[in-house]
Amino acid sequence: MIESHLPVYIPFTFLAFSLVIPLLAIWKDDWSQPVATAGAGGAALLSLYGVLTHAGSEPLRYYFGGWPPPVGIEFVYDGLSAFMLAVVNIVTFLVLIHSRKIRLAEFASKQMAFYSVVMLMMLGFNGMILTGDLFNMFVFLEIASLSGYALIAIGGKPAPVAAFRYLIIGTVGGSLYLLGVGFLYNVTGTLNMKDVADMLPLIAAERSLVTALILMAVGIGIKSALFPMHGWLPDSYTHASSTSSALIAPIGTKVAAYVLIRILLFTFGLEQINAVVPLTTILGLLACAGILYGSIMAIAQFELKRMLAYSSVAQIGYIILGFSLGSVLGLIGALLHVLNHAVMKACLFMVAANLRLQEGHSDIRRMDDSYRLKYPGTMAAFTLAALSMIGLPPLAGFFSKWYLALAVIEKSNWLFLVVLLVSSLLNAVYFFRILEKVYLKNPKIQETGAPPITPRQEPPASMLWPTLILGVMLLALGLGNVPIVNFLEGAAP
Amino acid sequence: MIESFTPLYAVICSLAAVPLIVLSSRRPNLREFWTILAALVKFGIVLSLLPHAAAGTTVTAKLFEIAPGVPLLLKADPLGVYFALIASGLWIFTSFYSIGYMRGAGEKKQTRYFAYFAICLSATMGIAFAGNLLTFVLFYEMLTLATYPLVVHKETQKAIDAGRQYLVYTLTAGVLLVAATGLTYIFTGTMDFKAGGIFRGTSLAPAVMISIFLLFLGGVAVKAGIMPVHSWLPTAMAAPTPVSALLHAVAVVKSGVFGVVRVVGFVIGPEAMSEFGLNDILFALAGFTIIMASLLAFRQENLKRRLAYSTVAHLSYIVLGASLITPLGMTGGIMHIAAHATMKITLFFCAGAIYVNLHREDIAELNGIAKVMPWTMGAFTIGAIGLAGIPPINGFLSKWFLAVGALEGGMILPVAILVLSGLLNIGYFFPIIRNAYFNEGEHLEGHTEASPFMVAPIVITAALSVLFGIFPNLFFGLFDLAGAIAAGLFAIK
Repeated sequence: MIESHLPVYIPFTFLAFSLVIPLLAIWKDDWSQPVATAGAGGAALLSLYGVLTHAGSEPLRYYFGGWPPPVGIEFVYDGLSAFMLAVVNIVTFLVLIHSRKIRLAEFASKQMAFYSVVMLMMLGFNGMILTGDLFNMFVFLEIASLSGYALIAIGGKPAPVAAFRYLIIGTVGGSLYLLGVGFLYNVTGTLNMKDVADMLPLIAAERSLVTALILMAVGIGIKSALFPMHGWLPDSYTHASSTSSALIAPIGTKVAAYVLIRILLFTFGLEQINAVVPLTTILGLLACAGILYGSIMAIAQFELKRMLAYSSVAQIGYIILGFSLGSVLGLIGALLHVLNHAVMKACLFMVAANLRLQEGHSDIRRMDDSYRLKYPGTMAAFTLAALSMIGLPPLAGFFSKWYLALAVIEKSNWLFLVVLLVSSLLNAVYFFRILEKVYLKNPKIQETGAPPITPRQEPPASMLWPTLILGVMLLALGLGNVPIVNFLEGAAP
Repeated sequence: MIESFTPLYAVICSLAAVPLIVLSSRRPNLREFWTILAALVKFGIVLSLLPHAAAGTTVTAKLFEIAPGVPLLLKADPLGVYFALIASGLWIFTSFYSIGYMRGAGEKKQTRYFAYFAICLSATMGIAFAGNLLTFVLFYEMLTLATYPLVVHKETQKAIDAGRQYLVYTLTAGVLLVAATGLTYIFTGTMDFKAGGIFRGTSLAPAVMISIFLLFLGGVAVKAGIMPVHSWLPTAMAAPTPVSALLHAVAVVKSGVFGVVRVVGFVIGPEAMSEFGLNDILFALAGFTIIMASLLAFRQENLKRRLAYSTVAHLSYIVLGASLITPLGMTGGIMHIAAHATMKITLFFCAGAIYVNLHREDIAELNGIAKVMPWTMGAFTIGAIGLAGIPPINGFLSKWFLAVGALEGGMILPVAILVLSGLLNIGYFFPIIRNAYFNEGEHLEGHTEASPFMVAPIVITAALSVLFGIFPNLFFGLFDLAGAIAAGLFAIK
């Protein structure tokens, strides 16, 4: 019974909770966080259950109101969407647990609004992942985006400006996508992804089809912060509240990248696209440029959150690079990186949040070896995540890069291989810079007498544990990557 | 072939000691007990593998899959056991010596030191027993990371700079190795080491073959100290002397040359090496390194730096042996792995004893010290003349086989290089011995030998050098083993 309705239960858990939270808040404002966390936990459990039971079986197509497409809207619950839902919802659950103390420090007066909007945003993301309808995709995209603007605006002083900038750019992206859908509808007469996919081989490459494709790709490209359309991202992630950035950074751009995969790979089909425009070559090159640009800019940053934001620009490049190769190995690399990067980035943003709460800043220049003593757990998680980002085995990050490298070699694309390898080293530069400060004594600071006693100042357990769990998860995901890869191989088209 | 987890136990034995070492950080004697215990147990386990290796059988531990179809594979083949035996055997002496050195020199953070030392040994065993390239890469990177805290141990600006340089070199090498591994996997469909080479009998374009070889070489050359990528090694002498002794004369650098032997014998294969002229590349690099490093050693005023350059030169003896592509040359190269290990560890132990006892590091300050440290300087003399290749010390034997191996292949140039390098060795070691024995010393009143913890290992390793020179098969049958390994590589038709 549960199985056949899973595609609805999961997103609508979020919808239900987004409505329950304001009602409860009339009575007790403080309950928003636990209730939201419970909601996300429920959705995470359902998604996990779905992945475990649904592996390898036929896609589940859910027709709303019993109306089959093209009249009605359908949700498609296949291996790919099940996987994405699990990643997104589990990470969200942990981030919301982690927000317990942050809410009091950063947005105590807006708790109800914050958590209700978070639930709405998650509804948007879940809907984007599940929907099998191109217009419905736009609807969920806008739900997620609008909630995202609001969440980013809740933050430091410059946050509303950053959010406004994101709003302008994001709306342009959404509109371009909608325009593209319009063109496509004009040619095919349907909005259902599967129908479009079936119909496209019958239609000769028309100019309006190419226009549709490019408009949609650019629109989603903006949302996924694909270089050079990433301008909105660094400011938004830096100035938003710690919880917003820990929530949006790991999953926001990934979901957009997933939509790109759905549309380009599953709906249009790469071969047909490439017959008309060399879109995958362009995407691949942009991804490479993004990887290098993001990594180099990250090295230049002095603020931890800002550095992580630029690093996100680079990481989205890996994902786009992977699926632009158009091979199974490439797709596996890309999807595995979606998972790994979600876990790594969530962990790293949590570390930044922990430092901000305890120290009041996350400025790299002010870090020293006292942090090792004050935050042993947080820093251990940071080290794991940093080594994983660099791509050292046996941590998770190594394996996604490994499959990407194999895919690139398989296609004999040496430029991409060089970019992958160089970016690993650039990652090492900006992470070891911090590790060195935290773990080694600064020799320039003269020691005066006995070393000062630095007591532990770890943040409360509700923050420390999620951070640590994500860190240890990286080790588990790395050593246990084979079942995940096998699952993804089954999910590939 | 025998299926057994013994190789795994050899790897994890010292890793298991790490928590015990960390937990007993407040009780130094207990902490050091764990180190010694782990060293003894590890040596015992490796020793139990020796009879199988001598009989030519391989003990295999196949663990879980680390990538689809690629297991984490530990294979105690004769070459692996040979290397593991040397590294784990010398760890016992180094452990005792470390206790004397670290306490004598009053070093800080000794717990960190002993813990990472244990991790390094685990990684070294992993490298020795790795049965496929991916397992090799995993432990290779682990060794890189675990050595870093030991290089920067003193936390002076000099040490931190040395650490940075070390990371830049080794991490770059790491990504090259990953690329080479990926290429091998895509082109041949396997990553398992195979006596005679994975590429044996494959018909690849020369350009592809040469690129793959150069990538592999880039990956292993850094740790093997082959010029022009050797310069991290003299800089890494900023580490405490036991680190220089075991890791930068035995474990880490020998992992590099061990990698060279694995690549030449088990990945590319002797046949493909000579078919594509790859051995000439290797020979040119090795020959150049031997002469240049020996010449540069003359210019070093600091004792440890002079020893470091001598190490660079002697590592290339082994590489030279591999590049000859003759059974006897390979035998000589493999024998030099053991011979250089016992001799150079003696020399570094001596340098450390002099530093702790007299606080002297420069060669000019060593006047007359043989009078107060007779045992130390006696051992030093044995090691030095052994490295110059004078009988009856084991350095002579390996050099002899290298020369005979060259003649076997009808090559005169390698012999000339070996003779010249022998003379240069005498040249740069002689001033040290002369200063110590024949010059009048100052401010030596009241000084005696270093602590017995240090002198005993020095004397034993020096004695081993002599014993193995006279009876090369003593205790372990290492000589026969080296011959059998080399014969096994060339016997395949």
